[in-house]
Amino acid sequence: MDTRPLETAADPKGLRRIAIDPLSRVEGHGKVTLLLDDDNRVRQARLHIVEFRGFEKFIEGRPYWEVPVMVQRLCGIYPVSHHLAASKALDRVAGGWPVPPAADRIRRLMHYGQIVQSHALHFFHLASPDLLFGFDAEVDRRNIVGVAGAFPDAARQGVMLRKFGQEVIRITSGKRIHGTGAIPGGMNRAVDPAERDALRAELPQVLAWAQDAVTLARRLHENLPARYADFADTPAAMMSLVGRDGAMELYDGVLRLRESDGRIAVDGFDDQCYRELIDEAVKPWTYMKFPYRRDLGVDDGWYRVGPLARVQNCDFIPTPRAEAARQAFVAAHGGQPVHTVLATHWARMIELLHGVETVAALLDDALITGGPLQAEGPRQRSGIGMIEAPRGTLIHEYEVGDDDLVTRCNLIVSTTHNNQAMNEAVRAVALRYLDGETITEGLLNHIEVAVRAYDPCLSCATHALGQMPLAVSVRAADGRVLDHVLRSSTGELLRDGPAHDAEAAQ
Amino acid sequence: MTAPLLVLGWGNPSRGDDALGPMLVDALAAYAGRALPAGTVDCLSDYQLQIEHALDLVGRERVLFVDAARGLDAACQMRRVEPQRERRITSHALSPEALLQVFADLQQREPPRCDVLAIRGRRWELGEQPDAQAVADLEQALARAREWLHDAVARGAHTEGVNA
Repeated sequence: MDTRPLETAADPKGLRRIAIDPLSRVEGHGKVTLLLDDDNRVRQARLHIVEFRGFEKFIEGRPYWEVPVMVQRLCGIYPVSHHLAASKALDRVAGGWPVPPAADRIRRLMHYGQIVQSHALHFFHLASPDLLFGFDAEVDRRNIVGVAGAFPDAARQGVMLRKFGQEVIRITSGKRIHGTGAIPGGMNRAVDPAERDALRAELPQVLAWAQDAVTLARRLHENLPARYADFADTPAAMMSLVGRDGAMELYDGVLRLRESDGRIAVDGFDDQCYRELIDEAVKPWTYMKFPYRRDLGVDDGWYRVGPLARVQNCDFIPTPRAEAARQAFVAAHGGQPVHTVLATHWARMIELLHGVETVAALLDDALITGGPLQAEGPRQRSGIGMIEAPRGTLIHEYEVGDDDLVTRCNLIVSTTHNNQAMNEAVRAVALRYLDGETITEGLLNHIEVAVRAYDPCLSCATHALGQMPLAVSVRAADGRVLDHVLRSSTGELLRDGPAHDAEAAQ
Repeated sequence: MTAPLLVLGWGNPSRGDDALGPMLVDALAAYAGRALPAGTVDCLSDYQLQIEHALDLVGRERVLFVDAARGLDAACQMRRVEPQRERRITSHALSPEALLQVFADLQQREPPRCDVLAIRGRRWELGEQPDAQAVADLEQALARAREWLHDAVARGAHTEGVNA
C-alpha cells in the first residue's frame, strides 16, 4: 500500500478536516489530522506533535553529575531509561567507561526491571482492552477497568508483573521513582541481599505470569478478525542494538540495521559513531524530527525501532523461554519479516519474558551485592549513551565544558525514531478502514490502535485533573466548524462545544 | 506493618505547578513525623497515578490523594472519591476513581475511604518552579491536609499499623 501521497494533499482547499486531539492513552500533546473530500475520501493524514518541549534546554547549563537524576523528570513513563542512557553517556565524560562489573550487573538489573514493568503496563493497560474487546467496542469497556471487570486474572497478572518490575528498580536505585542509583562511572549502591532474596522468592510465580502473557498475546493476535490480518502493514527497515554475537541485547551493544525484506544492511556498528549512520530531518507541520539513514536519504531512509524490530533483528534471545517464544513467533509467520504493527504486542510480551528471565539470572549473580562500583579515568569533553528502552532505541549525547557544565545536549528518543513509521501506520489505517466511510468513534479508534502499538511517549509526566481526552472537529473549507464532538472525562460524547485550543494548529 | 493512613501525591517536580502534589506530600510527611506517633501514616509520591497503586491501598483505613488541578477557583478543594467504571479512555495515568475500581475488582472488596485534595495549578512548563501564588495555595492545601490527618486519627485510625 503506497501511503506516501497522503503526507501532503495536492490541493488542501475544499477538503474537510478531522482532528483526533489529543491521542488518548498517549502522553503529551500529539494529534492526528485527516483531510477528507466531499466523498469522505482521505486526502491527507498526519500524526503531529503540536508542542515544543525543549528538553535539551532543560539540561544545558547543569553540572554533568546532576544530569542522570534530572533527566528522569523528562518522562514519567520511563524515567529509568533516561537515567541509564544519560549515565552511560556521562560515564565517558567522567572517564569511567567501562564501569566495574558489579555496577554493570546492577544497572542491567535496573534496566530489565524497567523493561518488565513498562511492557506489562503497555500490554495489560494500553493494548489489551482493544485486543480483548475489539476496536469497535463500547468506549467504557476499552480500558483497564473494563479488563479488570471482564478478565480479572489477566488484570491481576498485569498489575503484579508491573509491581515486580518496579520492585527490581527500587532495590537497585533506592526508590520507586527519583532513584539515584546510577552515577557517571558506575553505581552508588549495591543490592541488599535481603531485598534480593525477597524478589527471588517471587520468581517462580512471576515467570509463570510472563509465560502466560506470551501465550495470551499470541492467542489474541492469532484470533484477530480476518479484516485485521493486515492491519497497518507497513514494511520498514529495523534498527536496534544487538550483542556482538547477534543476541538480543537491550543495555549495551552494537547497532544493526535490517532491511524490511530481512537482509542485514549494517551490522556491528559502533554506537559512538551513530551520527555517521543516521541524521534527523524536520518538517514544517510537526515539532518532532524525522530520523533517517544517511545512505538512503530522508524519503527512503526511515526505519522502525522497538519490540517488533528487536525480536526480528536479533539472531537469538539469550534466555531459553524467550528464545523458544521467538522461534515460535518466527515460525508462525513462515520465517518471513513481519510488519503488521499489531504483532508488536506479541513481540513485546516475548521481551517481557526475556526481561523476567534476565532479572532471574542477575539476582543469582553475587556481584550485584558488592564489589567496586565506580570507575575513574581521564575526563572527556563528550559522551554518547545508547540503550534499548522499552519503546526502542534511546540516544543521549552530551558535551561538557571545563567548568563541568553541560554545553550541548541531544536526545533521540524511541518515539522520534518511529515518527515516520507511525505516520505510515496512520495513513495505512486511514486508507484501509476510513476511506470513503462515515466517520465514527470506532473508526477513529482504529487509528489510535495503530499508534498505540508503538506506545509513543510524546511528552511525559505533566498531567492534571481535568485534561481533555479526545476532541474531533469537522471543518468546512472556509474554516467553519461543521461538527465538533468532545469525548468528556466521563466518556460522554458531547456536541456543539468549543473546539480545543490546539485544534487550530495544522 | 502497613500504616492505617496513606497520603499519596503525584506530579513531576520539574514541571511547574505539577510539583505541588509531591511538595505537599513532603511537607506533610515532615509534619506527621513531628506531630503523630510513628506508624500512623505513610506518605508516597509518584509521577502519575498508576494501576499498581491499587496495591498501596491494601490494609489502609483512610487514604488522601493529592494532585495539582487545572481550573480551580479556590486554592484547593477536597472531595470524597468513590469507585467508578469511568468511560474515559485513560492516558498513561489513572483517575482516583478508576484506581479505586481497579482495587475493588482485584481485591473483591470495597476500597478504604478515600478523599482527593486538589491544589490549584496554573503553569506546567518543564523547568518552571511554582510561583508565589502557587506556594500560597500550597500553604492553604497543607493546612487542609493537616486537618484531614487529625480528623482521620480522631475517627479511630489505629496508630499501631495493621496487617496488609
